[in-house]
Amino acid sequence: MKLTQAPVQDLHLVNLVKRFGSVAAVDDVSVTIPAGSFFALLGASGCGKTTTLRMVAGLEDPTSGKILLGERDIAGLRPHQRPVNTVFQSYALFPHLDVFENVAFGLRRRGIRAVQEPVQAMLDLVELGSMGHRRPSQLSGGQQQRVAVARALINQPAVLLLDEPLGALDLKLRRQMQIELKRIQTEVGTTFVHVTHDQEEAMTMADTIAVMNDGRIEQLGHPADIYEMPRTVFVANFLGQSNLIAGRRESGGDLLTVRAFDHLFALPAARSSAVGPDVVVGVRPEKITVIDDDGATSDERVPEGHNRVRGVVTDVSYTGVSTQYLIRVPWGAEFVAFEQNVLVGDRCGVGDPVILHWSPANTFGLSADATVGSQAATADSEAVDGELQVR
Amino acid sequence: MAPVAPIAAAPLIGGVRRRSGLAYLLLLPGMLWLAIFFVIPFGSLFATSLQDSPAGLFGNYAQAMSEYWGAYVRALAYAGISTLLALIIAYPLAYYIALRSGRWRSLLLVLVIAPSFASFLLRTYAWRTILADEGPVTSFFNALGVLPDQRILSTGLAVIAGLTYNFLPFMILPLYASLDRVDPRLIEASNDLYASGPKTFWKVTWPLSMPGVVAGTLLTFIPASGDFINAQLLGSPQTQMIGNAIQANFYKLRDYPMASSLSFILMATIVILVSLYIKRSGTEEIV
Amino acid sequence: MRWVSKYLLRIVAFAVIAYLFVPIAVIAVLSFNKPANRYNLAWNSFSLDAWKNLCGFPGVCQSFVTSVEIGVISTIIATIMGTMIAIALVRYRFRGRSATNILIFLPMATPEVIMGFSLLALFLFLRFPPGFAAVTIAHIMFIISFAVVTVKARVQGLDPRLEEAARDLYASPAATFRFVTLPIILPGIVGAALLGFALSFDDFVISYFNAGTMQTFPIFIWGAAQRGIPVQVNALATGVFVLALAIVIVGQSMRSTRQRRLERGL
Repeated sequence: MKLTQAPVQDLHLVNLVKRFGSVAAVDDVSVTIPAGSFFALLGASGCGKTTTLRMVAGLEDPTSGKILLGERDIAGLRPHQRPVNTVFQSYALFPHLDVFENVAFGLRRRGIRAVQEPVQAMLDLVELGSMGHRRPSQLSGGQQQRVAVARALINQPAVLLLDEPLGALDLKLRRQMQIELKRIQTEVGTTFVHVTHDQEEAMTMADTIAVMNDGRIEQLGHPADIYEMPRTVFVANFLGQSNLIAGRRESGGDLLTVRAFDHLFALPAARSSAVGPDVVVGVRPEKITVIDDDGATSDERVPEGHNRVRGVVTDVSYTGVSTQYLIRVPWGAEFVAFEQNVLVGDRCGVGDPVILHWSPANTFGLSADATVGSQAATADSEAVDGELQVR
Repeated sequence: MAPVAPIAAAPLIGGVRRRSGLAYLLLLPGMLWLAIFFVIPFGSLFATSLQDSPAGLFGNYAQAMSEYWGAYVRALAYAGISTLLALIIAYPLAYYIALRSGRWRSLLLVLVIAPSFASFLLRTYAWRTILADEGPVTSFFNALGVLPDQRILSTGLAVIAGLTYNFLPFMILPLYASLDRVDPRLIEASNDLYASGPKTFWKVTWPLSMPGVVAGTLLTFIPASGDFINAQLLGSPQTQMIGNAIQANFYKLRDYPMASSLSFILMATIVILVSLYIKRSGTEEIV
Repeated sequence: MRWVSKYLLRIVAFAVIAYLFVPIAVIAVLSFNKPANRYNLAWNSFSLDAWKNLCGFPGVCQSFVTSVEIGVISTIIATIMGTMIAIALVRYRFRGRSATNILIFLPMATPEVIMGFSLLALFLFLRFPPGFAAVTIAHIMFIISFAVVTVKARVQGLDPRLEEAARDLYASPAATFRFVTLPIILPGIVGAALLGFALSFDDFVISYFNAGTMQTFPIFIWGAAQRGIPVQVNALATGVFVLALAIVIVGQSMRSTRQRRLERGL
């Protein structure tokens, strides 16, 4: 049964700043979160994502900036006046009320008397239909989490904020809940803003991810876009792993060549966000193929046009599904490469000389000192009035 | 006398304290009440102590010290001995409840504070029956030949016995609270290392229970030093404590300036003790 | 050797408990006494006279009722003020925190003789008559500190995220207090009230200095101690003791039954 939904609106954060003393926890954040989307704020602890969330909820006051829901600036409203609800990291279920009353809490405070039906419907939605009379202390972690979601969602908020809600759950349960939350969001249609430090979680669940670092949004976009084409060194290293090579552009045009450490790397111009002659060339470990270097025939086995590097294997980690190699390359850096164990027993050993190769199309390029603020217009994002928007 | 709330200092769970004017509003009625009816009286007490001075501004103080020096010293002595006795008696019980009692803990705590539900005066008075000259207790000690006056009542012994008894809960509860926080695994580990009960106790348990010992000592010694009830009901004019002196000057002699000076002298001693305590432990844990 | 210490410790512990109860037993037993003289100090013969005639001795019931009245009034006022202070201490930042803590601690550490007498000095100075009002004011004064300590412990255990969740769910600050904060700290407040009443009812020294001609139950006992304490006093005191003990035990068992029921998932 689809719950009737009040029309949701876009959420705009405009130049949001939050200072604690002299420290800026949130440093000029501007972003538009489209209505009905599943949006993730991703970053390490202390990057400002939770503070941003709390400002939207009204539990922190911004030092400056605007929070617009549709046309309306809600930054001045007290939390209980905002059509925004939060699922807390520790769930914060009221211990002195049973599950039913917990879920009914928001309705009652708004003066709604007829709570029986909506509460039961919501409990059914989160598959806790028979647990209404239990106390929170009698529930498992996963069940408590679902009560917290139900309690927030029943108020049909314009935006639902989730503050690392899955952090306390074990791995298996977390995976389950990720799918659950995604299903609920699709069914109900509310905008979800999900704060997390787990990049896998963000990529699994979100339509759009904003990667935050040091109080600013470093990159914004669809999971695949951000992953395959990180724009800053931080994003390249935070989201998955990257092998980065600092070099200098030698030629331009549709296919760039970059010289680094006596090697020449090629990548399509469209896959580089670098401005200026200094380019950091990057490639994800899973895009690299590792072949034995027997000196004679190996060069011929590398496809035409591929970027290639010779090296020596320094570590082999067998993880069942794949093998993870660490390879020392001529200029002293260590490359990471993942190979799927497609064939049984086909692995290199420590000390083996190898050639690494990958397609230029799988390469990305970024500026060495890329930080937030470099608003170079590229294929998948556009700067509009100083605000990053995702098309 | 009634039970004392155990010294508790739980850490602030999550969250930061808000800065708000509301705080002052919440604090106002109670703190104002304390300011008017606790702090200011000390001012009037001081003013009263300067009245009718026989010689100079602080004449009353000089006279108080010369006349009641004995009572003052005796009060400190009785209170000190009682506190020590209370510590020795209370510690095993507190230790047992905190670390050994298992599911009987709540019941035992109830039993500790329960006697405080009966009138303090009556409990003290009951010792007159228990320590009566012909009674079993006195006869027993007399048979051992340890009593200098052949009696317990009307001597310092009875007063000390009364003080120790009455303030025992004030020693048990802080000790219990402190021992309750000791991780039993520390004791286990220590037994592994030292392989001896007494050594584990002195090296591990005792130091860890120090906050409770200090709190209990303060909460016992201070009221005991100012007590006059035990001395009055169980003692004699020879066992006069400073509390008795204050009471006598108030009630019988109606010499309020003298009573005030005596009060201030007692207060000065206590302030010194409390400030030493605060210097050691700070102010966050005392409330 | 461990079993020796365990055995010995248990014996000592229970001996101390017994020691605590000896005077109680004496009081109770003597309430069934028919004393030979007016001093109820030694056992004479069994009698239920005192119990059947609780108000038989002049002044006994009057002072008892007065103590109850003072207890109720001072407990209510002091508990409310103490709760407010406890909330402020735990939840808010303000200037003068150290001074506040010290001022709350001092009444618990000051000898009653000093508190009682200095308060009288103030009342005399203000020409405020000693009596019912003066004693009530005094009781409120020293109960506040105990109320603060008791409620504060409970408030510290209250997760502030719960209050944030309430605000997030459309509860105004007043509604948050009423529907979340208050219900959760209520046991602490009740505990503070019970403690406060016990302190007030049994207070002697402070009341003594400020009562004038009025008599509270303890003051009556003190006055009677010289002339001989009537047996009714023992009966009343025993009755109060049993009642108080019953309340505490019932409260405890109710709490543990509820706990067990919750755990069983009823």
